[in-house]
Amino acid sequence: MSLRRFVLKRLLSIVPILFGVSVVTFALVHLTPGDPIDQMVGVNPHVTAADEAQLRARYGLDEPLWQQYLTWMGNVLTGDFGQVYSSGLDVSGIILMRLPETVVLGIFGWVFALAIAIPAGIYAAVNKGEFADTVSRFFALSGISIPNFWLGLMLILIGALIIDLWPVLPPSRQPLYHPEMLWYLVLPGITIGTAAAASIMRVMRTSMAEELNKEYVTAARAKGLPERTVVLKHVLRNSLISVVTLAATLTATLVAGSVVVEVVFNWPGLGRELIEAINAREINLIMAITLFTGVLIVIANMIADVLYAALDPRIRYE
Amino acid sequence: MSSKRTTTNERGRIRITGFDPERVTEREPLSGWTDESERETRSRWQRALGRFRRNRSAMVGLGVVTVLTLLAVFARPIYLMGVPVQPIGIAPYEPGTILYIHDPTVSTWDEPSLAHPMGVDGDGRDLFSRVLYGGRYSISIGFVVVALTAAVGLVYGAISGYYGGWVDEILMRIVDTIYAFPGLVLALIIVAMLGRGYWQLVLAFSLFGWVTYARLVRGEVLKIKENEYVLAAKALGARNRSIIFRHIAPNAMPPLIVLASLNIGTVVIGVAALGFLGLGMPPGTAEWGTMLDQTRDTLIQPPGGSIPWWATVYPGGAIFLFVMAMNMIGDGINDALDAQETGVEQQGGG
Repeated sequence: MSLRRFVLKRLLSIVPILFGVSVVTFALVHLTPGDPIDQMVGVNPHVTAADEAQLRARYGLDEPLWQQYLTWMGNVLTGDFGQVYSSGLDVSGIILMRLPETVVLGIFGWVFALAIAIPAGIYAAVNKGEFADTVSRFFALSGISIPNFWLGLMLILIGALIIDLWPVLPPSRQPLYHPEMLWYLVLPGITIGTAAAASIMRVMRTSMAEELNKEYVTAARAKGLPERTVVLKHVLRNSLISVVTLAATLTATLVAGSVVVEVVFNWPGLGRELIEAINAREINLIMAITLFTGVLIVIANMIADVLYAALDPRIRYE
Repeated sequence: MSSKRTTTNERGRIRITGFDPERVTEREPLSGWTDESERETRSRWQRALGRFRRNRSAMVGLGVVTVLTLLAVFARPIYLMGVPVQPIGIAPYEPGTILYIHDPTVSTWDEPSLAHPMGVDGDGRDLFSRVLYGGRYSISIGFVVVALTAAVGLVYGAISGYYGGWVDEILMRIVDTIYAFPGLVLALIIVAMLGRGYWQLVLAFSLFGWVTYARLVRGEVLKIKENEYVLAAKALGARNRSIIFRHIAPNAMPPLIVLASLNIGTVVIGVAALGFLGLGMPPGTAEWGTMLDQTRDTLIQPPGGSIPWWATVYPGGAIFLFVMAMNMIGDGINDALDAQETGVEQQGGG
């Protein structure tokens, strides 16, 4: 099978998954007791049962579930995610407003993770078993074990208490592209990137140490290539393949991480919006953000698969 | 594994001449057979245990987890229907006791002192007692969830991998679908819908948490079912169920155990994260994550001008310590059960 056919087949295979993702999203929110009308009405004694029924009818919540699902799905496919019950704002508008914030945070986290993990992984693999390796492994294990929200809190604490110079939270919100915002991005970015950095470093070290034992390395050395070229040109390329596969799983970690980190740093992205939507039981908003997350991860997984196949010619596409 | 096999000139009663046995002790055995592998099935787990015991960092981790678990169990007496099952109480106060009601010398946000080694929190409660007690929720949820999800994942993955065909196709599409969501986001929504509480948290992490195990076990089963002993069992007329559970599942255990041991830490962090977001245990519960829920505000707007660092440092430090120790155990198990065979890699915490 050619690479192009593989890509096409992989693209087709995500269709049923995307359908499943939409069903799970819808079911999660609808199969549990309580709906937004209960939330809106709350304990208000002036609302009668008839009013409630009328409200339900207005939002289509009185129809059978499968019909609600079809209506919702039909609207979603045309880009209409419904409205926020309390404010009447368009859900898609909110998502478009919040998305750049989360994306910028995620990119910063990725850049931070890769910038730390790849050099550290190379260094650890080359000096395997030595003191530097032990130290970097300890830090990698810590990075995996530390709860990211606590890391964020500790960074705020250290920034505020000890250094007393790091402005933790922006005093006034500048637009995202404002250069000043870069400064406020540092702490949340580090928080979100740490777990990814630790995971990548561990995989990098293992796969690199494995590659270093292969015969082509001996051949390259015997040819008289400087060690630098051997490691950075030959070995690194081959060991990066396993990092690419890891990257897909890490996208899910980063998305989950953004929920918590955005709350810690009061970052106005999709994650914080999700928490607010959950607390207010804004089901349209919850569904839209969850669906968005699911689709994003499905696509990330697919890209990783395709990259993996394209990078390693030994992989046979099945 | 080095071969202990020695070569001698004796072959029963025949004595072979023409070579020096001392010089061929280093030769590679032609087959994989060794004296040791003869006992393989009997002592495979014992040898893994031996390797685990020699792993210093894994033993440190085991020690820390044991101590933290014991502290949580013995923090306060446990009563079952009024009967004291466990009468010891190490923690000086009940986790919910508000100290300044009885003791006027204590006020809110007191610094750590001899009487209150970890200080006093914003409601005037002893943090040391709360941190000790808090382990009960996080640690037990971690173990319960992992036991449940690993069991479900084992059965699901074994069925999917063993039967193959359209059964596998359907079962794996379901797994792929659930895989598309980060576990934490699913758990968040489930708790939001079901309400806060212990069993709600268990359900939130178990309902979808089994997919990782299912995927792993399926992959293992696909490899294992090619073995000849499976064919032999079939030829002897064994039923599918007994082949799966007596021949295949036990051989899929090592990677499952590694994943499970590394997963406990992930679940504990997840539970704490929900607690931090206000969607874990009810507010005010002495659960490590829930305790951190209110401290974020104290970092930004310090009460009385100074930041009560102890309220942030200790509960989070307890989570970190436990998860780190758990991951050290997991790494140790992975090494002991031979990393190449399991191929499980731990992900960062959510």
